[in-house]
Amino acid sequence: MTTHSWDAIVIGAGHNGLVCAQRLAAAGQRVLVVEAADSVGGFAAPREFAPGFKTTVAAQWVHQFSDGLARELELERHGLTWAKRNVATTVVSPERCVTDASGAVTGVSTADASAWASLSTRLARFGKFMSALHHTSPPRLGTTRFEDTWSLLKLGLRLRLLGRREMREFLRIAGMNVYDLATDEIVDPLLQALLAMDATLGSNFGPRAPGTVLTLLSRRANESTTQGGYSLPVGGPAALAAALAKAAEAAGVTVRMGTPVAGIAVENDRVAGVDLANGERLIAPRVVSSVDPRQTFLSLLGTQHLDTGFVRRVDHFRQRGITAKLHLALDGLPTFTHLNPEQLGHRLLVASSLDQIELAFNASKYGEVSSRPVLEISIPTIHDPSLAPTGRHVLTAVVNYCAYDTQSDLSSARADLLRNTLAVLETVAPGVGRQIVASELLLPKDLEHVCRISGGHWHHGDLAFDQYLMVRPFPGAAQYDSPLDGLHLCGAGSHPGGGLTGLPGRLAAERILRKRA
Amino acid sequence: MSNTSSKRHDVIVVGAGHNGLVAACYLARAGLDVLVVERNDYIGGAAVSRRLYEDFTYSNCSYVCSLLRPEIMRTLELPKHGLQIIPYDAGCTMMRGGGHLALYDNHDALRREIARHSPRDAEAYDRYSRDVMRQCKFIRPLLLREPPDPTSFKPRDISELLYLGARFNGMGEQRMYDTLRFWTMSAADFLDEYFESEIVKAHFAGSSIIGTALGPRSPGSAYVLLHHYMGDIDETVGAWGFARGGMGSVTAALTSSLRASGGDVRVSAPVNHVLIQGGKARGVVLESGEEIHAKMVISNMDVKRTFLNCVEPEHLPEDFLTAVRRFKIRGSSGKLNIALDGLPSFPAIPAGCPALRGDMHITDTLEMMERAYDDWKEGRWSRAPYIDMLIPSQIDPTMAADGKHYMSVFVQYCPYELADGPWTDEKRTAFGATVMDAIAEHSPDFKSLVRHAEIRTPWDIEREVGLTEGNIFQGELTMDQLLFNRPVPGYAQYRTPVKGLYLSGSSTHPGGGVMGAPGANCAQRVLKDFGRSPA
Repeated sequence: MTTHSWDAIVIGAGHNGLVCAQRLAAAGQRVLVVEAADSVGGFAAPREFAPGFKTTVAAQWVHQFSDGLARELELERHGLTWAKRNVATTVVSPERCVTDASGAVTGVSTADASAWASLSTRLARFGKFMSALHHTSPPRLGTTRFEDTWSLLKLGLRLRLLGRREMREFLRIAGMNVYDLATDEIVDPLLQALLAMDATLGSNFGPRAPGTVLTLLSRRANESTTQGGYSLPVGGPAALAAALAKAAEAAGVTVRMGTPVAGIAVENDRVAGVDLANGERLIAPRVVSSVDPRQTFLSLLGTQHLDTGFVRRVDHFRQRGITAKLHLALDGLPTFTHLNPEQLGHRLLVASSLDQIELAFNASKYGEVSSRPVLEISIPTIHDPSLAPTGRHVLTAVVNYCAYDTQSDLSSARADLLRNTLAVLETVAPGVGRQIVASELLLPKDLEHVCRISGGHWHHGDLAFDQYLMVRPFPGAAQYDSPLDGLHLCGAGSHPGGGLTGLPGRLAAERILRKRA
Repeated sequence: MSNTSSKRHDVIVVGAGHNGLVAACYLARAGLDVLVVERNDYIGGAAVSRRLYEDFTYSNCSYVCSLLRPEIMRTLELPKHGLQIIPYDAGCTMMRGGGHLALYDNHDALRREIARHSPRDAEAYDRYSRDVMRQCKFIRPLLLREPPDPTSFKPRDISELLYLGARFNGMGEQRMYDTLRFWTMSAADFLDEYFESEIVKAHFAGSSIIGTALGPRSPGSAYVLLHHYMGDIDETVGAWGFARGGMGSVTAALTSSLRASGGDVRVSAPVNHVLIQGGKARGVVLESGEEIHAKMVISNMDVKRTFLNCVEPEHLPEDFLTAVRRFKIRGSSGKLNIALDGLPSFPAIPAGCPALRGDMHITDTLEMMERAYDDWKEGRWSRAPYIDMLIPSQIDPTMAADGKHYMSVFVQYCPYELADGPWTDEKRTAFGATVMDAIAEHSPDFKSLVRHAEIRTPWDIEREVGLTEGNIFQGELTMDQLLFNRPVPGYAQYRTPVKGLYLSGSSTHPGGGVMGAPGANCAQRVLKDFGRSPA
């Protein structure tokens, strides 16, 4: 049974799908977004994990969404309000803590504070350079098209304009590991740990792995586009997705939730629309997938429409998540031994040293869960009491690390990691265990299931040199295109990767509109 | 007491390691008056043959030959000066529990052997081998080219960048993508794309961790694998062989070639510092106080030893010194050199199998290698180390008396500094015991045949050979320290901040292994600066 005709159908109402849809509709297209879940957001969907206790599935902060894009989409008009902006980061260990507020550090020696300030400035400058990369479609490799060559030359020139010394330093550190960068620049172990956590959260590596400075710079690149630093919307990051949905609808987009897609319809070697799980076929000349490349090509499209070389590349796209998410419902505010009340509202990193992070990472290589995980914690109810019943609190944490494929079954792995994580929490917040009213731990495989993204990976696939820029996710599907006419990608599996940026969605829309023109 | 020789050479090379000798040879052939000074009473650096026990000859540092550039062999006429390389045509990897994978030069034999473990992998091997070869062919011409400075607008640099860009771009999108992946992926991820059998993957992954601060799962380890593949012997790319008489015959041949061209080597002449006057290198001052003058000085020592020990800091810009201090040169390899009363048996391998005469590796899975790396990260030697052993006396009778044998054992990983304190004799013995126990698991009569064992940790290597932190490559081979970043950005063209002072060792492009390329490239730079045409 076929119904309705659209100009474009977007699969998945994650934030990138919504941004893409809005941009297409704003240019006059008739756009439908189909979402399998009952709410929008994907990794940034709302989740009531216990009665009255609310969180966002994966994201804890909004810190990479550009102010410019937020203004273009008029998100404030569509309901986005802020509970807190420019939240500082505090690293806490059982013995002490260190706070970083926009590059100004307290709790360390003067020498380290000064070193950190100049390192932060340098990383911010490199981040700004890279953010120019993130806001344009990457040029293609190996073509003789003027557009692409010119793009590359402009890039080289922009890099050179940083100054000879800075260009050299960029080319030196871009391939480094954050462990070495941290030990070269800073002495304080908590400060070193801070840098390493920023580099490795959501990634597939420990601090000693080459490529972790790249992920750090990528993060800084996105952060350079907003003045808000780490921010918490009222309602949590899920409220950003909700505002995006409203903005999309205001532009004329139709969003259908509870509508799982079974496949992408193909006729005459091009896209014809989508086939829903209920048998309905929706016709459109353009289908834009915001889900990960593996699902898009192998499950939704099917290998019969792809050549073996391309299928091999899809297979090789690395995307096993190793990050877990913890949600705790507490009957009161926890007490962190070394934190004052203001610091409780910070972005909290629980990691004592670079080696401890590396040690935690080791477990993920062998099918295990970390015996002493490292955490990024948020207690959002401090800024937004609406997230829990009166007087009660939500504590959430990104938990590193958990192997994607665990040796033990999922429920044993969950129990082990929960136990280990709570043990770590007790060392910095004694008594927190007794305050727990309800808890939920989502392992990578759980995130995969909940968010419907292969691997449960934040970025839909590793952010690594060979899966970045012009080769993200891989040739044939980079630049938001695909081998099939009319099928496009707009999710985190495309340039410039994940995080709440909306950039893949926006750049995909630009690409589609350029092609049409 | 200082005494000055009245003679002024054209060039003094500090350190008679193989790169220093190669540089000296090229310069002498171009007609320059070259003197090499060496601290030890023997030449060769880490390419040496030592008589440390009775009449056994140990290649006590480097132990196999392959990467020595054929162009260098030819130009310096090394075979004429006695260098003979015997390719070995097989090798093997032995697993705990008795399994093994033998590797043969003969393509069909190799396929059959891989098929024994996995028929699918035998098919994949052709593809793997072709893909790796393709990468080799792309990189090899770059080994003997000076890296461009990407921040410079000089015609020389721009044209080299354009050359590299054009070569890269000319490969087409798919090939460029493959190359990019190869340079940045982990060996484990790379091998996972071809092979399913653990032993096959573990075998190939071995050369991705040699001498590194990386594990097989670390991004960038696939590049190291490639680096070790780039040798050739008699036109067979990727082949390895023995230098007859041990690795010392490489440096002996170089010395002979040097003398035939009019150059000279002085041993037992340790340099205290480079003599710098008026901002220019004018020679060297030995520990004895003796000054030797020259128009140019080439240091074959690693970049840290050169600038932190042998050049007074007031001659160097502060940020250069900072960069040198940051240069990563962590040692991770150990070595045992063992004199044996007879040939040990390895029951897992069929008797008479040629694999016994080649490279024998002990490892069985990528996980085991990764865990060995984890131990090193924590400041311990690996409890289950990766071992690369050879008994060259089986095909080179000059290394041991009749019926006796010399066994070279290379070990990954072993730290320069232990977490629980400095190396002591007891700890060194314990390290040696870990290794020998691992070998004994595969050879029941091995221990009973051991007459002598020289155990070398990175700390020993530093003390004896002069390699900082015992790093065998004179510096780690990671992106931040390769090409235009090696050893330090802005100084990747063999020159240093001191006029007339150059670097020729593996701290420079293209890095380590017994290649000779850094030395040859340095010589070309010196000749250009000297106003001579390239040799």
